[in-house]
Amino acid sequence: MPEVVLSAQNLVKHYPIKRGVLRRTVGHVKAVDGVSFDLHKGETLGIVGESGCGKSTLGRLLMRLEEPTAGSVTFEGQDWSGASARDTRRLRRDIQIVFQDPYTSLNPRMTVGDIIGEPFEIHADVVPKGGRRQRVQELLDLVGLNPEHINRYPHQFSGGQRQRIGIARGIALNPKVLICDEPVSALDVSVQAQVVNLMEKLQDELGLAYVFIAHDLSVVRHISDRVGVMYLGRMAELGEEDEVYARPTHPYTQALLSAVPVPDPTLRGKRDQIVLVGDVPSPANPPSGCRFHTRCWKAQDVCSTLEPELEPRADGHGEHLSACHFAEPRLVVETVDVTGIEPDDRFVSTDTDDLVDAGAGLGAEGGGEELDSGQAEDRARPPATEDTPQVSDPTRVVEDTRDNQG
Amino acid sequence: MSDAAIAETTSAAPTHEGGDTGPARSLASDAWRTMRRSPFFWISSALIAVFLLMAIWPSLFTSTDPTQAVLSDARVRPNSEAWFGRDIQGYDIYSRCIYGARASILVGLLSTVLTTLVGGTVGVFAGYAGGWTDTLLSRLGDIFFAIPLLLGAVIVLVTLPATDNYFLIVLKVVLALVVLGWPSMARLMRSSVIQVKPNDYVQAARALGASPWRVIRSHIVPNALAPMIVVATINLGAYISAEATLSYLGIGLQPPTVSWGVDISAAVVGMRTTPHMLFFPSLFLSLAVLAFIMLGDVVRDALDPKNR
Amino acid sequence: MTVQDTTRTDDARVRYEPQDGVLLEVEDLFVEFHTADGIATAINGVSFELHQGESLAILGESGSGKSVTAQAIMGILDMPPAVIPSGHIRYCGQDLLTMPEEQRRKTRGPEVSMIFQDALSSLNPVFPVGWQIAEMFRVHRGMNKSDALQQAVRLMERVQIPAARERVKAYPHQFSGGMRQRIMIAMAIALDPAVLIADEPTTALDVTVQAQIMSLLEELQEERQMGLILITHDLGVVADVADRIAVMYAGRLVEKADVDALYASPAHPYTRGLLESIPRLDQKGQTLAAIGGLPPNLMRIPPGCAFNPRCRMAQDVCRTDRPELREVAPGRLSACHFAEEVIDA
Repeated sequence: MPEVVLSAQNLVKHYPIKRGVLRRTVGHVKAVDGVSFDLHKGETLGIVGESGCGKSTLGRLLMRLEEPTAGSVTFEGQDWSGASARDTRRLRRDIQIVFQDPYTSLNPRMTVGDIIGEPFEIHADVVPKGGRRQRVQELLDLVGLNPEHINRYPHQFSGGQRQRIGIARGIALNPKVLICDEPVSALDVSVQAQVVNLMEKLQDELGLAYVFIAHDLSVVRHISDRVGVMYLGRMAELGEEDEVYARPTHPYTQALLSAVPVPDPTLRGKRDQIVLVGDVPSPANPPSGCRFHTRCWKAQDVCSTLEPELEPRADGHGEHLSACHFAEPRLVVETVDVTGIEPDDRFVSTDTDDLVDAGAGLGAEGGGEELDSGQAEDRARPPATEDTPQVSDPTRVVEDTRDNQG
Repeated sequence: MSDAAIAETTSAAPTHEGGDTGPARSLASDAWRTMRRSPFFWISSALIAVFLLMAIWPSLFTSTDPTQAVLSDARVRPNSEAWFGRDIQGYDIYSRCIYGARASILVGLLSTVLTTLVGGTVGVFAGYAGGWTDTLLSRLGDIFFAIPLLLGAVIVLVTLPATDNYFLIVLKVVLALVVLGWPSMARLMRSSVIQVKPNDYVQAARALGASPWRVIRSHIVPNALAPMIVVATINLGAYISAEATLSYLGIGLQPPTVSWGVDISAAVVGMRTTPHMLFFPSLFLSLAVLAFIMLGDVVRDALDPKNR
Repeated sequence: MTVQDTTRTDDARVRYEPQDGVLLEVEDLFVEFHTADGIATAINGVSFELHQGESLAILGESGSGKSVTAQAIMGILDMPPAVIPSGHIRYCGQDLLTMPEEQRRKTRGPEVSMIFQDALSSLNPVFPVGWQIAEMFRVHRGMNKSDALQQAVRLMERVQIPAARERVKAYPHQFSGGMRQRIMIAMAIALDPAVLIADEPTTALDVTVQAQIMSLLEELQEERQMGLILITHDLGVVADVADRIAVMYAGRLVEKADVDALYASPAHPYTRGLLESIPRLDQKGQTLAAIGGLPPNLMRIPPGCAFNPRCRMAQDVCRTDRPELREVAPGRLSACHFAEEVIDA
């Protein structure tokens, strides 16, 4: 297994609940309550869970947007918690974040050039001043946007395009880890796939490691190498993608998987449906022992008193980490291996580049301006080339673009 | 490929002047582009320029001394000799309107700029820092907020040593208005900062390692400014009127100082019999206020890229 | 279309009887939004019908017009800016669009009702939930206060709100998202509507709660033989619940079919593309593919087929001739010039 880049040890984040005129602390919301994991170089670790499970707080802790109440985050062996202001700044180059909402994550009063260029302003030594604009255009090209749109404002782009801008800002400083907090959940179905494919392409090209936080289990399965399932601030199960999805041993994972609708009407009524009773308890007052015991159909007395450790437990094939006293595998989703089956390219494309669409006279011309046909031809790439691998050398494309302008 | 214009579903915006390429652009330069195209910008700027000229060189507009009383012609209606007529003392109203610009514009502009600066800074600080700083600054503002304007102004103006110097008198009035006016600006700014602060772009900047100063300067302030600009321009008119009120009560600017406020106060007495005495200073005051409000609107719109 | 089926009953309520099982019929409906920037055609000639006891899913992405369709049926579009230049919406043979507003208002609740995506903003935060449900009975049925409250408790129990009797006086913010959605459902079914429109009822909810709500909706529909219009973007939810599906794109219906047929072999390239582009929970090693580009600006819908700029099969005819929704196989409608090829693909 490749080396560990990012490691969380027993991370805890409690938010005080304050009441009254004197703002007296009357309790704590235990958003994240003892989470540990390792992230390896170039891998994708998916974090799934329902709202309130603490997955977004976890992302913010990893990003150091919040100070942990206890525990630590280590990057390549260096502990963040004790790091000086200077070291923290340097560490920020290596760990970056992409936010969920493409409408609030970009400053509406800055041009795209300023937004993507801001990392270079803050870390002035990365790219010399004269080269920044070109670097921003390279980044735009890398995320599949038209480099000529550098002077546009965010509102002139669609949701998917904005998310690409957010990604470009995230990778500007060449980080090793990108924390993605629900990066595609605000996007329409047909756009989601474009962004997911782009993220996979960037991972291959730049060797990024992703912490992919999402509530959509299907997307997480698709993109992740390993998956962690969170419930009420703790990790319930953690393992390889296949282990968690095909051989889940924690009852919560099983219930979660059984609840996800599958787009196949022939499976209606035939799937293993586990309907959980009740709601998620409040993180301000989590149940004792195993936090899931109040909703678990397998719960015994021991579950309400003794907190199960996250440790390797047999899954019928091998073992992986699970935090259940009565862990046993249960087949919830019949998995079909479709490796190597290519989608029908008469209807869809695996291309990650928005430029191609722009060439087709499409919406990528955000802002709805009219293209005259000459311009459209220039930006168009003939359909025949769409299936050939995309140019991976951004500078070349930038030069091409310049030629077109000249 | 078709040359059909097909656009996406995001709110369509008109094309930019000059296209998307070319040298890097900033919000300020884009705002200037937008303003340049607005007729309201030119109208308001022209009006403001004229008023500023009046304030600086009143003699450009009239050769009549505003304090030269022609008692025999007191209250005369507008005629070829005195275009706007004469007031109760026999002063030439046209000349007084011109000379009055200086005090009124000075009070209005200075009070607006200072309340905006003081209130805005306090508001940004309170909103961004939160916690104890916020509580302390907000309560401090509330204390000033609770003092009625006139009572507060009376106290400030009476406490300060009396002076005959024109600028010192104006400054005293400005000081009174600023001391009592900054808390409302601070409140406004604080609430819009609190609205802007949790946005993900602010978090993203923090994640990149941006200093608090940078976050405030390039992310918070530009996005929190719009309500301040609107209220500030409206306040400008209110301050000029407040100056008039203070003058009327005899604690603001005093004759022989000439100001629109002083003249309006004096003319109110004869509103029915000699309306021209009230009409002309009021007209000047209204035009000045209108010009500033119009400019404020244009600036606010220009600073919002979505309106482009 | 005659109106002889409407008879008056003793409580002076107009009785509506479905004709040949058809509850609701939308015919060639157009909706435009007149804005400062121009006219956006949100619905561009949509026709469908809903039968008794049927669940019809209207599937589409944002901007496809699916929610506007629902709002037009309910008569809750803001007009202006919305304008309905032509079309009919018939409920049991009676055109809702030409009905006097007073009469139409009385159909909302007892005949056609709706649940929304965001239950928190759809409930009034300053009144207890029980009071809000009881209000339905008091206004429409003229019940007295205690009877109405009694009914409210019964309904809350029906939608499986635990400890309903104690929580009848609680305020909306004291409930979780899933419970609030149940309260919304209770209000919507309070007056036994014949048609229930659910606009993205589970989009804001977690998957485990979504499963609960969807099975509750299915149960209630079965029990009351309601016609259900489920408006959603989620192909998974549709596969679980719907009998028939209408797919919308840029304000038009592009495909209409039984759920099994549609998933087995879609007859429109857009539907096909959507199905190919979603990651599936039950597949591993999937190569994800996407429909390129974006839906069109509704102010400038491309000529011909609205989907042509994104369609990889598009030919010249697609850019000039608008394909009509036509029957391409028994019980299957598609608005594509090459629908037969798509089905066989």
